[in-house]
Amino acid sequence: MSRAIDRDSQRFKKIVRGKIRDDLKKYVTQGEMLGRKGRETVSIPVPNIQIPHFRHGKKGSGGVGQGEGDEGQPIGKGGRPGEGDGPGTAGNEPGRHIREVELSMEELADMLGEALALPNIQPKGKDEISSTKDRYNSVRRTGPDSLRHVKRTYKRALKRSIAAGEFDPRNPVVIPVRDDEEYRSWTTRPEPQANAAVIYMMDVSGSMTDEQKGIVRTEAFWIDTWLKKQYGGLQRRYVVHDAVAHEVDEDTFYRTRESGGTRISSAYAACEKIIARDFPPDQWNIYAFQFSDGDNWGEDNADCLAKLTGGLLPHCNLFCYGQVESPYGSGDFIRELRRVESDHEQLILSEIENRDAIFDSIKDFLGTGR
Amino acid sequence: MPFSTHRPLPAEIKALQDSIEAKAAEYGLDFFDTVFEMVDYDEMSMLAAYGGFPVRYPHWRFGAEYDEMMKSYSYGLSKIYEMVINTDPCYAYLLTANELADQKLVIAHVYGHCDFFKQNAWFSKTNRRMLDQMANHAARINRYVDRFGYEEVEKFIDRCLSVEDLIDPHLPFATPREEVARQAEQARKRRETAPPGDRFEAKDYMDEFVNPPDALRERDRERKERDDASRDARHFPERPERDVLLFLLDHAPLKDWQHDVLSIVRDEAYYYFPQGQTKIMNEGWASYWHTTIMTQFALDPSEVVTYADHHSGTMATSPQRLNPYKLGIELFRDIEERWNKGQFGPEWDACEDRVAKENWDRKLGLGREKIFEVRRVHNDVTFIEEFLTPEFCAKHKMFSFAYNDASDYYEIASREFQKIKQQLLTSLTNHGRPVIRVLDGNYRNRGELLLGHDWGGVELRQDWARATLTNLSELWGRPVNLETIVDEQPAIMFCDGGEFDVTPKGPRIRRRETARRGG
Repeated sequence: MSRAIDRDSQRFKKIVRGKIRDDLKKYVTQGEMLGRKGRETVSIPVPNIQIPHFRHGKKGSGGVGQGEGDEGQPIGKGGRPGEGDGPGTAGNEPGRHIREVELSMEELADMLGEALALPNIQPKGKDEISSTKDRYNSVRRTGPDSLRHVKRTYKRALKRSIAAGEFDPRNPVVIPVRDDEEYRSWTTRPEPQANAAVIYMMDVSGSMTDEQKGIVRTEAFWIDTWLKKQYGGLQRRYVVHDAVAHEVDEDTFYRTRESGGTRISSAYAACEKIIARDFPPDQWNIYAFQFSDGDNWGEDNADCLAKLTGGLLPHCNLFCYGQVESPYGSGDFIRELRRVESDHEQLILSEIENRDAIFDSIKDFLGTGR
Repeated sequence: MPFSTHRPLPAEIKALQDSIEAKAAEYGLDFFDTVFEMVDYDEMSMLAAYGGFPVRYPHWRFGAEYDEMMKSYSYGLSKIYEMVINTDPCYAYLLTANELADQKLVIAHVYGHCDFFKQNAWFSKTNRRMLDQMANHAARINRYVDRFGYEEVEKFIDRCLSVEDLIDPHLPFATPREEVARQAEQARKRRETAPPGDRFEAKDYMDEFVNPPDALRERDRERKERDDASRDARHFPERPERDVLLFLLDHAPLKDWQHDVLSIVRDEAYYYFPQGQTKIMNEGWASYWHTTIMTQFALDPSEVVTYADHHSGTMATSPQRLNPYKLGIELFRDIEERWNKGQFGPEWDACEDRVAKENWDRKLGLGREKIFEVRRVHNDVTFIEEFLTPEFCAKHKMFSFAYNDASDYYEIASREFQKIKQQLLTSLTNHGRPVIRVLDGNYRNRGELLLGHDWGGVELRQDWARATLTNLSELWGRPVNLETIVDEQPAIMFCDGGEFDVTPKGPRIRRRETARRGG
């Protein structure tokens, strides 16, 4: 039986989701989700889905309590607004907390896609048969009773009895015989699965402050969320570099702090190596994302361009360079890349001024649908 | 359609109910028939979300409540043991999963509530057929949903709920408005038909001289002018009105269905208000009776530990929150003891000998009788006003606390009896919510609404006030103003839906004065 409360709950959930959608930009740019991620879901705090009333503020407010203590002794924090009536009203109910809503990563990716009007990615035509799936979509003449197709069986029996002149419309009894029986059956179909790999490269040199790295990580998280939704078995690799590059695991990428000079070509070399080792380009959709403040060792730029145009760009669906504005860096590197930008449609450049720019930057990168 | 039809109680529980009911009656409790039903936690949460009723109109906030209750239960943060609704007969719900000792406790507790509902004066005007009424409300609103769409109706309900507590708790006890109007009309008629009282008595032939026509005409003209002037100056409403919802119903440009929805919200607000007014007494009274019945009658020795555990859980206090169960039961016990020992009256009040007061025992034995009387006539405010004593405050280590702006902490403010009592009464008045009145329905002669906030030392929460005013302006259809105090200055909040601003009242008036002087 459908219950009234289910309708009200559904409606409430819809409002909550709407609220998240409205505030999505805030959630995206603040990166607070990273710490709240479970295996498949994230908890998102949604304050204030409440009906406003005239209420007293904290200023001048108070109440009566019971227990030990002297005058002036603190008994509780003021609390953030939105947490209900607070003390002062007598009550036995527990205090109201900010509501946390569990959302699946998939739902979140959908919202992001909707908000940024991201096109679904059309994988390159390198589908590889990587799995099979059984579907019950055919019939057979033999099988277990549990799979007997009653409707088809009776239809056959009816046809047979009419053909044999046994059917009497005034006494429409149809009795199937062994020959009439049909059973549901399955076919095994190969499921094409597009192989996709994404390689994140991050500059962790001295000129990249924690704020810059935070921006990169936040953006990488959202790119990841989106790509994961587009490809079934997305593979990820992470590279951090200063003057030398290291391949690291996901955890290190999201947490590491380093410093030193900058040699971007080292990251490109590491990236080439990973592709050659793990992802033969004719079988994989490859995405590369590089983030830096653009402050490269001057002589290294030529080397970078050579590696990029020679070894990387031809292999990648997308090569995205995000330049995070830094108080220290020169930001020259993007100018170098601009010179070759028009020759390579898979090369996408984006300047990320601050946290607020993350949203648009994601759109720059993923808006191509490649 | 109700989510469940009534299911008969298991025989074991039914037997418990019968014996506890008989015992409660023996103690002198007088209640409506009480119908118990066993529900699982899911159903209990659903009922609780709907304020105790199986059928309510559709609205997301019930879903939100339900969601919160189910979550906090699944995280082990809270659990609803019992629920009872004030109708005739009373309906009460028992949790299927409860142990037998808990069921006894709850049943005994429920009879306390049912007696209170039936006997307490503040409930005397509530609709005891609220079960039907709620279903009727649901049917009406569902009809509007069918006609105007869910979103449209929901949006409007949101607005109504935003102001649902702007009602006048004393209105149910006041003379109905039609009666007041009728009496005023009668008085007016009497005045008109009565002979003019301001003529001096005189023989006919002397009349012209004793009551000169010119002077009389002049006096009539003056009086008429005065009447006209006073009619023009008359406020609309004539006196500040606390039932803002009624004022909106009477004067706001609402469509028929909106009018109906608002009146439904108002009806339900009036139904729930007395429960808020008597929370401490009601819970105290029910707790008093569950302990009495359990310890003197229903408790099996094997259940003592479970009972003690759960009873003490209900009575637990915390520094920041006054537990109404605890405060209520202790006050009732205190009153019972005082009236048993004769610790009241002028002689008691006049006595200043501490030792004599401690040993005071006139053996009057009036306690029981007294608490039955108290539960009949008081509400929380008068209950505290009348029966909270310095001795009680000291014994229960009560203190008042206040918010410290500088540290963002609530701090213990005082252990002085008068201050504690004052603070407690302030928190209980109007549920500790701001009192708002309609001052003018034609403010600035522009059809704007002017409300006044009875400032009692605590300022309004700005963001909520703003959101609420926005909703009000949608209902009123014209800009809405609120006289209040902002940053310790008298101010007027103005809201026309989109725009919102706060004008300090003092400076603006002063500016106008200087302008006049300058000109």
